[in-house]
Amino acid sequence: MLAGVLLPLAQGGDGFIRDPAEAGTSCVAENDTVCIGWAVQNMDRWITPTLEHLLLVGVSVAAGFALAFGLALISHGRRFLVPTFIGLTGVIYTIPSIALFLILLPISGRGTLTALIALSLYNLQIIYRNLVVGLANVPEATKDAGRGMGMTNRQLLWRVELPLAVPEIVAGLRIATVSTVAIATLATFAGAGGLGQVILDQGFQRDVFKTAIVVGSFLAVAMAIAFDVLYVVGQRLAVPWRQVKPLL
Amino acid sequence: MTPPVGDIFGSFQGAIEFIFEPRDAIGLRGEVGGIDHVSGFLWTHVWISALALAVAVIVAMPLGVYLGHRGRGELLAVSLGNAGRAIPELGLIAIMVAFVGVGVTNVTIALMILGVPPILTNSFVGMRQVDRDAVEAARGMGMSEFEVIRRVELPLAVPTIMSGVRTAAIAIIATATIAPLATVETLGEYIINNANYGDDGLLAGAILVALLALAAELLLAALQKALTPRGLELQRKPAGATA
Repeated sequence: MLAGVLLPLAQGGDGFIRDPAEAGTSCVAENDTVCIGWAVQNMDRWITPTLEHLLLVGVSVAAGFALAFGLALISHGRRFLVPTFIGLTGVIYTIPSIALFLILLPISGRGTLTALIALSLYNLQIIYRNLVVGLANVPEATKDAGRGMGMTNRQLLWRVELPLAVPEIVAGLRIATVSTVAIATLATFAGAGGLGQVILDQGFQRDVFKTAIVVGSFLAVAMAIAFDVLYVVGQRLAVPWRQVKPLL
Repeated sequence: MTPPVGDIFGSFQGAIEFIFEPRDAIGLRGEVGGIDHVSGFLWTHVWISALALAVAVIVAMPLGVYLGHRGRGELLAVSLGNAGRAIPELGLIAIMVAFVGVGVTNVTIALMILGVPPILTNSFVGMRQVDRDAVEAARGMGMSEFEVIRRVELPLAVPTIMSGVRTAAIAIIATATIAPLATVETLGEYIINNANYGDDGLLAGAILVALLALAAELLLAALQKALTPRGLELQRKPAGATA
């Protein structure tokens, strides 16, 4: 029934040179911890998976934010909806990513779209929760001042409440981005490539190949750290007067 | 590219059939699927996850509670929590296989490593969040430090600590799915070594893992409710734990 949708998980080499004779050093044949030579020789082949990974993270965080923002607008001023939304997004968050990828396969097909849907749904909970807390942290007196100036509820939201909630919102995005970088290594099970595909295909094809595993994992962790630093620096520059602790 | 609704329905029907009725394996002799076959993998998945979670709790909770009580090591507790989120699950298991080895012990250690950061961070934060006045009042009543922890701080920190345990449990159950890469046959067997099980097995494995995670979440939520002091529950905000 699903033939053509679910291909075998192993997807072949993507041009990585694995033949020891071609690789030109004994390192690959002996499977040393890290074959720098091999990693450099195959540098071009790392670029596509890394870009795929970046794309998965960037698009899914943006989509997750858009959705969470919509939910936050709906539940703003309708407080009774907040627990419902937190509960619903929480249920999605509970489903292991690898399972969600595979459950979506028959529905949205094999490939990047499925991975993006799953990753975006994962981001919902974290981003939404921080949005709600950010809005709730705006002091009542500040809102009163806005009302006193004759602002409508709409103006109050866009000109007072949302700008004041920026630190919490950014904190939520930070957590969402860092965890998505890690989770996206499993997007290879949805056929969406990324660094996980190199770890799985190169690292476990034939025998265990240490270099592919080490370099692939290193790139994923380095990407997560890079995003984290980017957020910290960005936040310091944008709102230097306030640091917030994010909701986990 | 989206397949018609009938195909989608058929896929899930096939997966459900796989769970309940044995069928011939693809490419090798014998039968796969059916309740007995599935429950073997399910049981491995459950006990290895429970074991890893238990070890993670034993390692991380006392440390987090102690550090939180003393108000020390905030940098350690919080950065470890942040770092934990950046660990790629697949990379962790792969590195374990490549450098430490395969098998139950190594997988349990890898899963435990994933469970420690959220529990440590939340235990620390939960203890720190306790109202200082309440702690002072307890000291004023002549409680020893141990009593302050056990009778005042811990009960008040339960929601936050348990939220960390739930996060850890979900991460562990999710990652146990790729344990077959390290030769531990959890429910992920249907996914990782899919060749013998086909598309129905793949989807069946995914559905079972999802149900298991939801069941664990419900169980731990019930435990959290039972452990939370009633007075705290009444005044609690609707949102989950904070950290």
